Amino acid sequence: MLQRNMWEYTEKVRELFLHPKNIGEIENPDAVGEIGNIVCGDALKLTLKIDRDTDRITDAKFQTFGCASAIASSSALTELIKGKTIDEAVKITNKDIAKYLGGLPREKMHCSVMGREALEAAIANYRGVKPPEPEEGEIVCKCFGVTDEKIRRVIIENNLKSADDVTNFTKAGGGCGECIPEIERILKEVWAEKAVEEAIKPRKKLTNIQKIAMIQEIMEKEIRPLLQAHGGDVELIDVDGNKVIVALRAMCTECLMADITIKDIEKKLKELVSEELLVEAE
Amino acid sequence: MKAIYLDNNATTRVADEVIEEMLPYYGTLYGNPSSMHTFGGQIHRKIETAREQAAFLLNAEPEEIIFTSCGTESDNTAIMNALQTNPQKRHIITTRVEHPAVINFCKAMSKNGYSVTFLSVDKLGRLNLEEMKTAITDNTAIVSIMYANNETGVIFPMEEIAKIIKSKGVLLHTDAVQTAGKISIDVKALPVDMLSISGHKMHAPKGVGVLYIRKGTRFSPYIIGGHQEKGRRAGTENVASIIGLGKACELAKKQLHDEHTRIKALRDRLEQGLLKSCPDTRVNGDTEHRLPNTTNMSFEYVEGEAILLRLNEDNICASSGSACTSGSLEPSHVLRAMGIPFTAIHGSVRFSLGMYNTDEDIDIVLDKMPKIIKELRELSPYGRVEQKS
Repeated sequence: MLQRNMWEYTEKVRELFLHPKNIGEIENPDAVGEIGNIVCGDALKLTLKIDRDTDRITDAKFQTFGCASAIASSSALTELIKGKTIDEAVKITNKDIAKYLGGLPREKMHCSVMGREALEAAIANYRGVKPPEPEEGEIVCKCFGVTDEKIRRVIIENNLKSADDVTNFTKAGGGCGECIPEIERILKEVWAEKAVEEAIKPRKKLTNIQKIAMIQEIMEKEIRPLLQAHGGDVELIDVDGNKVIVALRAMCTECLMADITIKDIEKKLKELVSEELLVEAE
Repeated sequence: MKAIYLDNNATTRVADEVIEEMLPYYGTLYGNPSSMHTFGGQIHRKIETAREQAAFLLNAEPEEIIFTSCGTESDNTAIMNALQTNPQKRHIITTRVEHPAVINFCKAMSKNGYSVTFLSVDKLGRLNLEEMKTAITDNTAIVSIMYANNETGVIFPMEEIAKIIKSKGVLLHTDAVQTAGKISIDVKALPVDMLSISGHKMHAPKGVGVLYIRKGTRFSPYIIGGHQEKGRRAGTENVASIIGLGKACELAKKQLHDEHTRIKALRDRLEQGLLKSCPDTRVNGDTEHRLPNTTNMSFEYVEGEAILLRLNEDNICASSGSACTSGSLEPSHVLRAMGIPFTAIHGSVRFSLGMYNTDEDIDIVLDKMPKIIKELRELSPYGRVEQKS
């Protein structure tokens, strides 16, 4: 990977790092949001002054321990939320912070996520509700204390497809790397769930071609890898109306559980493509 | 504006005398040293002069010098050589604080069926020689231990190490990339079998290195092809760079004593000055046994990349062990191996001096640094509390 240097940051990041706006801590703040810790390498404390009648943020200040992009992201956040109502502010995402900065290097996107999290914590604090605990969910990355909940959310919000990107946006997997297989599993799961959602939507409109394409894709991506992991395999032979004809291969041919395997395939296809599908062995 | 370059462990400026020596070989003297004609043959003689100059720096024999393409190639070749010439032995000993050229090569070998012992260091970055002694087995093909550390400058007691390793009859390689030209190396007094040097760390150009291999040590080439370097390293010679490296070795030998004293004084003034002007600052590593040019300092409550980029605004070049500057999210493996607290690793800065640094350079850093640290601490949720108290 590249050694990062000043020239990879945008002019806006550079400006807000060298001359950050809204540094410090508001006395008697109406809301406080703290996120991160010194061990992880970055931390942000956000304090807000809020007009209680209008719910408008009248002032915002930050203190940040971290690299140039963490400092610039924090400063950008305060600039973005000043003058906004809480209802408006709550809609700000990490992408808005990155956009305000003219973009961040991909491996620094986690700095913008930290900004969003501090804002959420501050708003929760203002509303008197328990802030979304960073511990919510199971810790996946022990090095940086990142939970599966956070990973899922960032994957969906930023449309992430690779474990590398999950590291860029959440830091998870960037330490010892032991949790990378787990991150990959979560990625698969999230996108499989998404595929289900997508599949449910256009269900009624499926043309034969779409149906066959979906069956093929699910066979390739979902079913075959599972069987192959146990030395088996399956081949899609034909689709005749709602009848899906398959042939079990490799270890599966001798397996006493072959019938159950066929049923499992059917269940998966029913779930992801169409309730009406029936699976038969050749 | 002139750069104040305090990153000489990363690379160095090619000395003017070295460039002058090299230039003709990019111009009219472009012959191939392997050719039969005089036009090429004269280049061969020049390479042999460079070999003598490199040997002179180490107090070695010219035939013990092999020119390579870099320090990494020298390191890889040395370890691979030991494995190739001792095929029955499947164990490597190295340390947790080596340069990636050694550490990652050993990790790769561990996937090829070799077992690797990574020796630990204490909080000052020192090896435990007892641990090293007990790690050696009949199965050990090679011990590869760096002479001095690139991040902290800590020097390992190579004479003692060599004595122990050689008494066990095991091959010893040392990565002396950071050592050559900074402190005196005498292979007649130091019984290492192989030793690596890199040109660009000692005012020669990038893309050239040396592997010293003691006479009588069996050798199996890493790069195979033509008969260059007596068949020990194939590939047409990087003529100009080799000649430059020879010149740099000659310069280093000549200046070693005076420069050692001068640079050490500059380094100490910088270090002491910063310790005084920046509270909550520490020096990492064993200051008793350290290269004269290196200091690794931790500025608590601030992050290294932020420090470097602020220094960059004043044209001051340094480096950091912070995670944010490593290209990955992992902070320095050297400082972690030493058990330096994470908070201090994140705020670590390495200043490494070279022969072009002046008193004025140090004055400027001493002038700029306290303000940078103070301002970054004012930004930090931790620094404020601490500075108030």
